[in-house]
Amino acid sequence: MRWETVMGLEVHLQLATQSKIFSGASTRFGAEPNVQACAIDLGMPGMLPVLNEQAVKFAVMFGLGVDAAIGKRSIFDRKNYFYPDSPKGYQISQFFEPIVGEGVFDIPMADGSLFPVRITRAHLEEDAGKSVHDAYAGQTGIDLNRAGTPLLEIVTEPDFRTAEQAVAYLKALHSLVTYLGISDGNMAEGSMRCDINISLRPEGSEEYGTRTEIKNVNSFRFVERAIAVEVERQMDLLEDGGKITQETRLYDADKNETRSMRSKEVANDYRYFPEPDLLPIVITDDYIEAIRATLPELPGAKRQRFIAQYALGEYDAALLVSTQEMARYFEAAVQQGAAAKLVANWILGDLSAAMNRDELSISDCPISAEQLAGLVARIADNTLSSKLAKQVFEGLWAGEGSADDIIEKRGLKQVSDSGALEALVADVIAANPDQVAQYRAADDAKRKKLSGFFVGQIMKASKGQANPQLLNQLLLAKLNDG
Amino acid sequence: MTDAIDFDSATATELSQQLAEGKCSSRELTEYYLKRIDTLNPAINAVITVCADEAIAVAEAADRRRASGDATPLTGIPLLHKDIFCTQGVRTSCASKMLDNFVPPYDATVVSKLNAAGTVTLGKTNMDEFAMGSSNETSFYGATRNPWDTECIPGGSSGGSAAAIAAGFAPLSTGTDTGGSIRQPASLCGITGLKPTYGRVSRRGIIAFASSLDQAGPMTRSVEDCALMLNAMAGVDAGDSTSADIEVPDFRAGLADDIKGLRIGLPKEYFSDDLSPDVAARIQAALAELEAEGAILVDIELPHTRQGIATYYVIAPAEASANLSRYDGVRFGHRCENPADLQNLYVRSRSEGFGEEVQRRILVGTYALSSGFYDAYFKKAQQVRRIIHQDFKNAFDKVDVIAGPAAPGTAYKLGAKAADPLAMYMEDVYTLSVNLAGLPGLSIPAGLINELPIGLQLIGRAFDESTLLRAGHRLQMRTDWHRAIPPLSTKTSPTLGGQA
Repeated sequence: MRWETVMGLEVHLQLATQSKIFSGASTRFGAEPNVQACAIDLGMPGMLPVLNEQAVKFAVMFGLGVDAAIGKRSIFDRKNYFYPDSPKGYQISQFFEPIVGEGVFDIPMADGSLFPVRITRAHLEEDAGKSVHDAYAGQTGIDLNRAGTPLLEIVTEPDFRTAEQAVAYLKALHSLVTYLGISDGNMAEGSMRCDINISLRPEGSEEYGTRTEIKNVNSFRFVERAIAVEVERQMDLLEDGGKITQETRLYDADKNETRSMRSKEVANDYRYFPEPDLLPIVITDDYIEAIRATLPELPGAKRQRFIAQYALGEYDAALLVSTQEMARYFEAAVQQGAAAKLVANWILGDLSAAMNRDELSISDCPISAEQLAGLVARIADNTLSSKLAKQVFEGLWAGEGSADDIIEKRGLKQVSDSGALEALVADVIAANPDQVAQYRAADDAKRKKLSGFFVGQIMKASKGQANPQLLNQLLLAKLNDG
Repeated sequence: MTDAIDFDSATATELSQQLAEGKCSSRELTEYYLKRIDTLNPAINAVITVCADEAIAVAEAADRRRASGDATPLTGIPLLHKDIFCTQGVRTSCASKMLDNFVPPYDATVVSKLNAAGTVTLGKTNMDEFAMGSSNETSFYGATRNPWDTECIPGGSSGGSAAAIAAGFAPLSTGTDTGGSIRQPASLCGITGLKPTYGRVSRRGIIAFASSLDQAGPMTRSVEDCALMLNAMAGVDAGDSTSADIEVPDFRAGLADDIKGLRIGLPKEYFSDDLSPDVAARIQAALAELEAEGAILVDIELPHTRQGIATYYVIAPAEASANLSRYDGVRFGHRCENPADLQNLYVRSRSEGFGEEVQRRILVGTYALSSGFYDAYFKKAQQVRRIIHQDFKNAFDKVDVIAGPAAPGTAYKLGAKAADPLAMYMEDVYTLSVNLAGLPGLSIPAGLINELPIGLQLIGRAFDESTLLRAGHRLQMRTDWHRAIPPLSTKTSPTLGGQA
């Protein structure tokens, strides 16, 4: 049987507020345990939550970013469960009336198409603390620094069919929230954590199968792998006539497998009810419009503009706008007069490869936009062949100065002087009479193949600096003339 | 004329006058009340923590402040805090084994405000555990006794505060009222107690029972003192989102203004056959005095009064079930010995730390919120709560104040209702609708029945405490019911202030 995978994603996004959602304690990552937990975060008796307005603003910004309905009146609710890292015995969340309602988010795919993901809702809640299992022998420590960090939980409809779509969504989401400045999106530090609801159904079926939920996957790569192994696990089970148990599962990256968490977790009755310590959040149109006016150009709009303004392909444009820094870099290079298409190719090609290799981001890239523009200009005016350009690029990366400096210093100028080239061609032809004879005896198809030998010899003689087009032209004229 | 003053029965307003005139010092007052607590509290058990050394130091500071000309009317006045108010460095137990070892690193906002005004904290008063009860019998530290008859309960949950005021342990005490916990014990102990409008006083630092119902208020010997104390307690607090950002009037201003033409509504549901004739007679006598002051009595209806009990006993336990989840043995409070695992830690710490009534309410509340029961109980209760609120709104279209009893009867014997929770819950029938509607309610002594006090309750419009206080003060200007003193064996009053 052929199976269709159906997935919906829940992303827990830590909002980049200075202080916690219901207290004045700092949200900074990496402090000594429990130094950033005040009496409110510790759930001390009589302490009451006070809503951080910045978190509301960030949620509204997100809502506007995915074209969602903003709840004019939303409320907080208590989600009741006992766990040592949940100091009050309940989490303040939004269940009945979330701040962000339904929206649509267009995801750029590798084939240039847009994949619309329906956002079900997004709601504000507080993060829990952490259990520390390795600090004390036989005992568990509790670190409540993270308790009360504002989270936006973003829930989608079950719109995903492939891991590729899911990862593309997460990347687009990461891009959106960093544009908005509402989160650092740092998955390794847990700023963006993903739960994947996943089920299979026979292809063509309308009904959903029983789903499992994979909790807290914290990298794009792990999302892809977790989906792959979970789909395989479910498929094996179903094909053997088994049944899927609705449960929460954990992805173990070391073993590359998912495994069931305690079944008790699934049976939790959270007994949600409206949080009496907080007033409803009332949001006016004026408030929304004031926020809308401050939004930057978002990735979707920027992508469209890049396509229109710079005649870029859909996917290239999507990649270039994935971070504001890269988009800014691109436009800065283009502003120097460099050809947009070439700049895009260099950024997405050699520059991205080098940054990946050295684990750098565009903001700490050693080549400035101006320097890249200088390189591209020398390619455009035929000073550099693509091969020479790569050498210049390496010089730029190594900090040897501008493209022109490097061309000068390394003597990398392309030889486009036909007199000089003709001499080289003549020398090579004279030095290889056998090959010339062979060439001249061959048919057209064969000749094309054999000409490569001469090109190689001439390039070698020119130390790689011969203009390839001109060389070809002169060589063929000489060979065919004879 | 003499201006000798009996500390046991003096109002804070009178003591403030004495202090202002230099006839006594805060230190003298403080030492007097500390001694009286030391002598008489063993028989009453109204005070469970005494802060003698700290109190003397604060009193001396208050005397210096007064000497420097910087005093407020409350500077140097001794008072007691119900043990539900967090007090920095002083055990705050909520009368529960669970918090027997809990010393907060902060003051409740109310405590801070009263400290800033210069009051002297003598100690903390007994109460029903986590304020759950109407008799003070659920305290981990043992029941409080009613100074009028030590075989009787003082009411609850602010029973320790009410008994302390009646016994002359202090002129003022804080209390909290979730379903009648200030007004009912005030009635049973013959003192004056005000539950302000929900949001009038900050809840920050008050250990939560039912967050949407809890409200702190003054417990005193006169309406005037309630006004004095409320002036210091009221006001919006950035630390409590539900505190109301609304102007706080001077509650003492216009207190003696007449009440001619004030329309007082008498809900027929409060004066039904269920009300004992003795109580009805006292309430009618008080109403007659108000009528004599020019008030107009109007018959009204509060049709959903009886539904209030069921509504309250769904909402309050539901909120409590969550509010009390933080007592899990992990960070503070009671932790069981040698827990086998996490589940065992929770179950044993909570089973050992909470008393029976608290456990009952946690179970009731958990049930009411459970999947499948939420709509039938919690949601329905929320709907009825809105209807009850509407009943009051309708009534206040016709009248300015609503009057009735504060409790169905006078103090009963210890243990009389302890085995019957439902009978106990009925104690609150006249008070808890007021919490459901978030309105202010005042309990004023209305005389004695068989040597036990009974209180008149006045209910007002939201944030209209002033009208309640004015009506109450006019009543106290023409009667001396609030001056009645329980027949305690040891009368220890000095005659400071002397003969004129």
